[in-house]
Amino acid sequence: MIEYALLFAAGCYGIALLMDLWRIVLGPDSADRILALDTMVINVIALLVLYGVWRGTEVYFEAAMLIAMVGFVSTVAYCRYILRGDIIE
Amino acid sequence: MSHEGYLLLFIAVLPFVGALVPGVMIRAGRTACASFAAVPTALAFILLLMLAPSVMRGEVIQAELEWLPQLGLSASFFLDGLGLLFAGMILGVGLLIILYARFYLSHEDPVGQFYTYLLLFQGAMLGIVLSDNILLLLIFWELTSLSSFLLIGYWKHLPEGRQGARMALAVTGAGGLAMIGGMLILGSIAGSYNLTDILEQGDAIRASDWYMPALILILLGAFTKSAQFPFHFWLPHAMAAPTPVSAYLHSATMVKAGVFLLARMWPVLSGTDAWFYIVATTGLVTMVLGALIALFKDDLKALLAFSTVSHLGLLTMLLGFGTQAAAVAAVFHIINHLTFKAALFMTAGIVDHETHTRDIKRLGGLRHLMPVTFVIGTVAALSMAGIPLFNGFLSKEMMLEEASHTYWAGSAYAVPVMATIGALLSVAYSLRFISHVFLGPQRDDYPHKPHDPPFGMWASPGLLIVLVLLIGVAPFVADGIVATAASAVTGAELHPHLKIWHGVTPALWMSVAAVAGGVVLLSAHAPLDRLWAAAPRPEAKAIFHRLVAAVVGFSRWFTEVTHNGAISRYLAIFTLASVLVGWMAYRGSGLPLPTRGLLPVPPVIAVGWILLIAATAYVVVVHHNRFQSLVLIGIIGLMISAGFVYLSAPDLALTQISVETVTIMLLLLALNFMPQMTPKESSMGRKLRDAIIAVAAGGSVGALAYAFMLRDVETISDYHLANSYEGGGGTNVVNVILVDFRGYDTYGEIIVLGIAGFVIYALMRALLDGPAARRLRTLEFGYNISKDRHPLMMVVVTRVLMPIAVVVGIYIFLRGHNQPGGGFVAGLVIAIALLMQYMASGFFWTQARKKIEYHTLIGIGVVIAGLTGAGAWLYARPFLTSSYTYVHWPPIEEFELATAMLFDLGVFLTVLGAVMLMLYSLSRIARYAGETVNVEPMDYDPGERAEEKVEA
Repeated sequence: MIEYALLFAAGCYGIALLMDLWRIVLGPDSADRILALDTMVINVIALLVLYGVWRGTEVYFEAAMLIAMVGFVSTVAYCRYILRGDIIE
Repeated sequence: MSHEGYLLLFIAVLPFVGALVPGVMIRAGRTACASFAAVPTALAFILLLMLAPSVMRGEVIQAELEWLPQLGLSASFFLDGLGLLFAGMILGVGLLIILYARFYLSHEDPVGQFYTYLLLFQGAMLGIVLSDNILLLLIFWELTSLSSFLLIGYWKHLPEGRQGARMALAVTGAGGLAMIGGMLILGSIAGSYNLTDILEQGDAIRASDWYMPALILILLGAFTKSAQFPFHFWLPHAMAAPTPVSAYLHSATMVKAGVFLLARMWPVLSGTDAWFYIVATTGLVTMVLGALIALFKDDLKALLAFSTVSHLGLLTMLLGFGTQAAAVAAVFHIINHLTFKAALFMTAGIVDHETHTRDIKRLGGLRHLMPVTFVIGTVAALSMAGIPLFNGFLSKEMMLEEASHTYWAGSAYAVPVMATIGALLSVAYSLRFISHVFLGPQRDDYPHKPHDPPFGMWASPGLLIVLVLLIGVAPFVADGIVATAASAVTGAELHPHLKIWHGVTPALWMSVAAVAGGVVLLSAHAPLDRLWAAAPRPEAKAIFHRLVAAVVGFSRWFTEVTHNGAISRYLAIFTLASVLVGWMAYRGSGLPLPTRGLLPVPPVIAVGWILLIAATAYVVVVHHNRFQSLVLIGIIGLMISAGFVYLSAPDLALTQISVETVTIMLLLLALNFMPQMTPKESSMGRKLRDAIIAVAAGGSVGALAYAFMLRDVETISDYHLANSYEGGGGTNVVNVILVDFRGYDTYGEIIVLGIAGFVIYALMRALLDGPAARRLRTLEFGYNISKDRHPLMMVVVTRVLMPIAVVVGIYIFLRGHNQPGGGFVAGLVIAIALLMQYMASGFFWTQARKKIEYHTLIGIGVVIAGLTGAGAWLYARPFLTSSYTYVHWPPIEEFELATAMLFDLGVFLTVLGAVMLMLYSLSRIARYAGETVNVEPMDYDPGERAEEKVEA
């Protein structure tokens, strides 16, 4: 049963990734793009965790955790760039 | 190594050690300085004399120290008869020169430097004649070129000196390069770089197909060094050196190095037609040509220089004959030439020193004013002319004897006639030296009133002419050394008996003809001189300069074409070359059939692939918009990280994730000061060309990866997997490779990373001190879309995240040896944690809480890594050999301690320091652009406001 659930979830996140790409290409605003990239990061984290569950190992969890911990830093940096120009004031 | 072997090593090292002293001792005065230069020379000379008896008995003294055995290079020396003769000459004349130079050099000259250079040269020269390894010999050979460059250009204020030094270096250096090639070929034919081994393989070497290339290359080296035609032109220009240098380098030692090499290689290379025709002919031509030019030179030293060229030609010719008797004559003439020529150079130096001119046309009649110098000069010049009862006569007679029965291309007369002409010219210029300088009427227009120099100055040439007379009258005194040296040259036991009277031989008649002809020629010198001056002849210096200019021009053209400053051109050349080389390699070896099938592609993975391709392609479309490209690059980085995870490379994934974040921040920081759009510069044709190059290179790499992944290839990975735990004590192979198997690479890389950090810091400093800083101040940067510079929410989140991130970093670091992680990733994670604080609360606030400078972190990191590596030396293991043990501390579980961990700590600190220093340097620009700083952690602090309300 869990296989089907995993497959379904992975499929959803995959489609979500494509939609993120759609938003990044189209824009129209930089804010849209940054938000889409951030969502993409979250989707990838989810996919890594799903993959780890499917393979039954913890190795992937750490990578997911590290992405979660530092991934938002680039989003913040992008935003600060748009809002203030200088990311370290 | 025998007791004598150690003495030999000591002799070889002494001049180099001694060279350190005079430069310092000059503070104690010139005499003290000269004395301290004489000590190592004298000591080496005495040691050599102690070794001499065994060598004269026919023993060969050897000494060997391993240096780079993998390359066949060892510091091995040997002393045989030939080495003894040359070493004796180098050290003996060296002593005389040191004495002479003490009186010759003036108060303004930097005497300390002179003696240091002189001893360096002496050491290099000794190295050549004592080396038992041809690679070592090459090193000393180049060292003589370099040290003679310093000596020739010693009078730096004279343009002739500088030009002469450069010319000498260019010619002898080029010859040295050719010789390196020749020696390497010789070594590979013989299968050893040891001279003693090579000398035993004469037959094999002469039979080899590579004999001719080796011979020509080695001869190029020898001929340039010994100023043989057509490379003779540098020697007269090198006469711009102070006279002690000319006397030492250009009569006794350096120019004889080429002759020495011919003699050394004689058993191996001689005995073929090629050897005879190349070496003997070059020698003969040089002998006659040098003598002819010498006759018409007015500069005393130029006359002597061309005479030296001529005598070197004579020696080369004798060695070129390839007979044992000729080799004996050559060895004997080496000794004789040394004695009279060094004396003559010193005489010329004395005349120059006393009269302030070396122009023969302004001299004459000095015999009463300088009687001592007159006697010395006359004896030496008569010996050079080959007059009986002087030593020059003996070896010249032997040379003529050998020439008289040498056939050249079937002709019995070519060599004897030319040799007689050479001897005749030699008589003429020698007599001219005497008559035009010392004889004739006394003049009253000398530039300076001449008189004899102090004893110290004429002691050295005086001693030499005693030798001239002694050998000339009683030649048997030289029997021993000539026999030993000639036996060493030929490899056969020789016992020549040197004597004055050989009976009425063809050589005697040739000698008589030469002396008579020489006197006649000299009497007709004045009209001949006018004829010579009017005759057109090639000017070697001008030809040399044109040649150098052409080479420089070509190099400049080539550099400007390939290195024009545009990175696109470098990349194009580099990429195309790589593709070409890859293509050639592919065509060369047939590819075996694929052994693996393709793996299935799950749909979600295909999505990742689509994202990667789409983002990459879209960057090409929007690359003019810098910010948008950066966002797209974010996708690519994310997908690559995810790909690493999926393809079982968690270490790479962790690293990639952290690197991505840091890279984005670096680029954003820089982007703030750059235009938002890149200008459109490339034409359509250019774009097409670049596209073709890019697709070719990218396609090739893709095809290569594809081809490899479809085949089972044996790689080094298997070794690493098998030995990771046993060899490095870790189960994480990636980390063990980094800190152990390839630890040396990692050590180099962290140093490079540290340097990169410092360079960015330094560049930024230079930039901000320069005109760019003014422009920065007048420009408006940044946008003021949000008024809240340091938002409360972000400050709080980053503060909370800080300890978590630090713990994660420490965790990744500690378990790195056995599980994914390690110092590099940990350094990046901690760096990101710190960067968050910079972003949240601003530069100034964070900077004020930083206790250790990032520069220091880099330094400490590199030092820790280096010391860890060096620690292995204490246990007599190679650099960076790691060691590990298991420790049990209750209540903690048993854990492993490895020295690799300490090394990893160094990596961690360096990475952290370098990354932080780079970001710190980049973000400093904003402060220069007039940005204000904050003291508070955030702009609106709700806590403070509440307090204010309470107070109110």
